[in-house]
Amino acid sequence: MIRVILPAHLRALAKVPGEVQLDIEGPATQGSVLSALEARYPMLRGTIRDQVTQQRRPFVRFFGCGQDLSHESPDAPLPDAVASGAEPFLLVGAIAGG
Amino acid sequence: MSSVRVLVGTRKGAFVLTSDGKRQRWDVAGPHFGGWEIYHMKGSPADPDRLYASQSSGWFGQLIQRSNDAGKTWEAVGNKFAYEGEIGTHQWFDGAPHPWEFKRVWHLEPSLTDPDTVYAGVEDAALFRSSDGGQTWHELRGLRGHDTGAGWHPGAGGMCLHTILLDPSNPARIFTAVSAAGAFRTDDAGLSWRTITRGLKSEFLPDPAAEIGHCIHHIAMHPSRPNVLFMQKHWDVMRSDDAGDSWREVSGNLPTDFGFVIDVHAHQPETIYVVPIKSDSEHYPPEGKLRVFRSRTGGNEWEALTNGLPQSDCYVNVLRDAMAIDSLDECGVYFGTTGGQVYASADAGDTWAPIVRDLPAVLSVEVQTLP
Repeated sequence: MIRVILPAHLRALAKVPGEVQLDIEGPATQGSVLSALEARYPMLRGTIRDQVTQQRRPFVRFFGCGQDLSHESPDAPLPDAVASGAEPFLLVGAIAGG
Repeated sequence: MSSVRVLVGTRKGAFVLTSDGKRQRWDVAGPHFGGWEIYHMKGSPADPDRLYASQSSGWFGQLIQRSNDAGKTWEAVGNKFAYEGEIGTHQWFDGAPHPWEFKRVWHLEPSLTDPDTVYAGVEDAALFRSSDGGQTWHELRGLRGHDTGAGWHPGAGGMCLHTILLDPSNPARIFTAVSAAGAFRTDDAGLSWRTITRGLKSEFLPDPAAEIGHCIHHIAMHPSRPNVLFMQKHWDVMRSDDAGDSWREVSGNLPTDFGFVIDVHAHQPETIYVVPIKSDSEHYPPEGKLRVFRSRTGGNEWEALTNGLPQSDCYVNVLRDAMAIDSLDECGVYFGTTGGQVYASADAGDTWAPIVRDLPAVLSVEVQTLP
């Protein structure tokens, strides 16, 4: 079970009050977590990664276990503590804009 | 009794303003989608309770919202805007080829007859259509594939398709405008397009009368006379009497012919409205006086409408999609400012009053006239 924490605007969009818990089939990677998240909450498609290129949107970051995972490969395994649910996978809106 | 619903898109959310036919007392609902940019929101002429909204943010990209109950509740629908076929390139600011990249939806134009059909004008400039209520979107490839497409370039606000006019007398005819490429018309429902820029002159171009490169800010049409078009260009107010085949300037006695909005009276097709803005670098009214100018002669002769509008120290802008006109008798005129005011006139512009004064910067204003 993966625990995902969304930024406030995406929680409002998906109508979820808090943490999201996802069961992932196969290896827990950024890609598999995002696919599971988008499958359960289709309104999030395109808000985290581009629907055509699958590239992370520039002002969205991925954190876990105190590390910035944004530049890891989408197919790289997430840290064990994130994969086991001990630590959450955080989607963070960058400090930018107005 | 008739009523009106004013749909306001702002930098930080959407607002729905409603009033009865007197248009003196208003209810304000919102913000919907607080914190998100709402570039445009518009209702279906075929089902006034069906609304579409373009919701976007620099963080999370583009969403399309749909309401089936006049804006009380909303659902996110499809937001996949994928260019069809070879992506191709347009000109970048430095003249280099630059691949088309989807950025946002500037304008949503619902079909005149089918609530589930809606067009989207996007940046980088392209026209999309949905025929399933916004769930899926398909590009009308012929526009971007026009012979001139590789030479289009962005204006300062981006290369946006911001105007979509549907001809009520001919379902196959659509007009579009792109900053800063020009104006285009299809007569075969979007398969093929022609430029409609003859008569436009833009002094910032090497050839001021070039086929493309004109920074068109907005085009308006009266539904009873779809061959007559009125254009607010970067500079110059223009008019066409032949569906855009040729244009002539009608700026006349305006204090400045720069501006963004232009619209047509609901019952008098020769009565038009603009809001002059000082210049392309000074995006505020001349002399700090917020004035709507009305021509009852289809241009050239303009009168300033000032009653109820600030006539000193006013330095707001009125953006291209931020004026609308209802069809009550007499018609109401509405516009929103970058200072967050939405002004209304219930007497075709003779007198004005703010509906709201302190919204986020207004990006768009539309109005629905309800039975």
